[in-house]
Amino acid sequence: MISLRDVDKTYQTRDGSVPALRGVSLEIGDGEFVSIVGPSGCGKSTLLMLVAGLTPADRGSVVEVRGRPVVGPVTDLGIVFQDAILLDWRTVLDNIMLQAEVRRLDRTAHRARALELLRMVGLIGFEQKRPFELSGGMRQRTSICRALVHDPPLLLMDEPFGALDALTREQMTIDIQRIWLTTRKTVLFITHSIMEAVLLSDRVVVMSPRPGRVEEILTIDLPRPRKLDESGAQEYTRYTSRIREIFRAQGILSRE
Amino acid sequence: MAVDERLGAAAAMPPAESPPARPRGRGSGAAELFQRRVMPLLVIVLFLGVWEVLCRVLDVKTYLLPTPSRIWEELVRQGPSLVEHTWITTYEMLLGFGLAAVVGIGLAVLIVSSPLFDRSVMPVLIFSQTVPKIAIAPLFIVWFGFGPTAKVLVAFLICFFPIVIDTAIGLRSVSPDMLNLARSMGASWWDIFLKIRLPTALPYIFGGLKVAITLAVVGAVVGEFVGSTKGLGYVLLKANGELQTPLLFAAIAILTAIGILFYYLLEAAERLAIPWHVSRRGQEGNWTM
Repeated sequence: MISLRDVDKTYQTRDGSVPALRGVSLEIGDGEFVSIVGPSGCGKSTLLMLVAGLTPADRGSVVEVRGRPVVGPVTDLGIVFQDAILLDWRTVLDNIMLQAEVRRLDRTAHRARALELLRMVGLIGFEQKRPFELSGGMRQRTSICRALVHDPPLLLMDEPFGALDALTREQMTIDIQRIWLTTRKTVLFITHSIMEAVLLSDRVVVMSPRPGRVEEILTIDLPRPRKLDESGAQEYTRYTSRIREIFRAQGILSRE
Repeated sequence: MAVDERLGAAAAMPPAESPPARPRGRGSGAAELFQRRVMPLLVIVLFLGVWEVLCRVLDVKTYLLPTPSRIWEELVRQGPSLVEHTWITTYEMLLGFGLAAVVGIGLAVLIVSSPLFDRSVMPVLIFSQTVPKIAIAPLFIVWFGFGPTAKVLVAFLICFFPIVIDTAIGLRSVSPDMLNLARSMGASWWDIFLKIRLPTALPYIFGGLKVAITLAVVGAVVGEFVGSTKGLGYVLLKANGELQTPLLFAAIAILTAIGILFYYLLEAAERLAIPWHVSRRGQEGNWTM
């Protein structure tokens, strides 16, 4: 589904060039849930922008989505950003339908699908509300529905729970797992949270500080559906401890 | 994705959290109604009352400061001719304002769409703003004569700048992530403009229009000062020259009323056009954080 080989990314700023990514290689298969964890500024979000074709990689890098080299915005995907970025003047339903409108898709069919998705995320009954009438979690659920309404094969999520409170985060993690188990889309999930990454992913990519490199890729071999209550169990902590160990070696986490 | 049983099973999921508390409706309750509607009127009545009484008690000469009742008398007496002058000034001001709205919003769209246009036209705009309009007005009279054209142009020139600036800021205030999202949907320039940029800019555009409409009145009157035979600006000059102070005040009162009327008409239009923004503004003002 996604193929990255020797990907470099350098940002040109007024103070010269800043390397963001160095020699990143990664293959993501169809239907796979892959998380990327790493310290702030390690280029996680840049990686997502490269895959989405929203920013170009340096020369010599190979970025392919579904076998085709990425040269401009990739359109057969859904994106969820840290902020829900809903349009204030549209209702929840119409915000989701923006996706169908812009893509010139059949309105009736996608309206039904939008309502189905709203039911799945527990927002049924709120479809005529405006964004400012919703809580942060509900707004983010709406943006997840918007990313799924056109049934894309690929879902990109850039710290989707980063702006939510701890309790809502936990519920959203469970919800994302349920959605993924139902739809089996390929997911690239950027996060700061080691626990979220382990709970949700088939594989966790651990990155180094800037310029970002792939430090290690862990395959999470745990049965699904995974439960928050089990996350303290030894099978889970084996993975979380390993990731923390990598961050300690990088000097991101202290040894205390 | 096929809508399978698992999806159906998920239907039982309760919403994870309840929505935030509904804001209380604005203007509800007798006390609030009193504060919002009756208080301002009361203040005006009190002001006029004190004015009237002071003028009478201190025996102020009418040519210096007429009483409100004397001004009202003048308004009624000169009614028919004042209506004609008012119509002319209103007409000049509205034409100038309309022209400024069309040109201003159009220029802002070009400025936002093209960096080249931005860099080449912006300095000219700023230059046109720093030239005192009152100094150009006589030139317009030379060019266009004593008719309404010169007044319309002065009104236009004085009020199009805030429209350009506010509209440009509004069109630029779309978040980069929103634009990225739109690009990933394959949105065209036109899609982005119509569905995202323009609605985002509407509150700013209305802000600019509201400033502009009050300036347009000033523009029309300035144009009339410089050279005219009709309009409220002409009435002002004439009344001033003849020391007809009550008429002077009557003209000022009408000009103020025009400004207030069109300002509130624009507010009403704003309420219709962007209820989502107006209602949220009310909420922010009264309630949250």
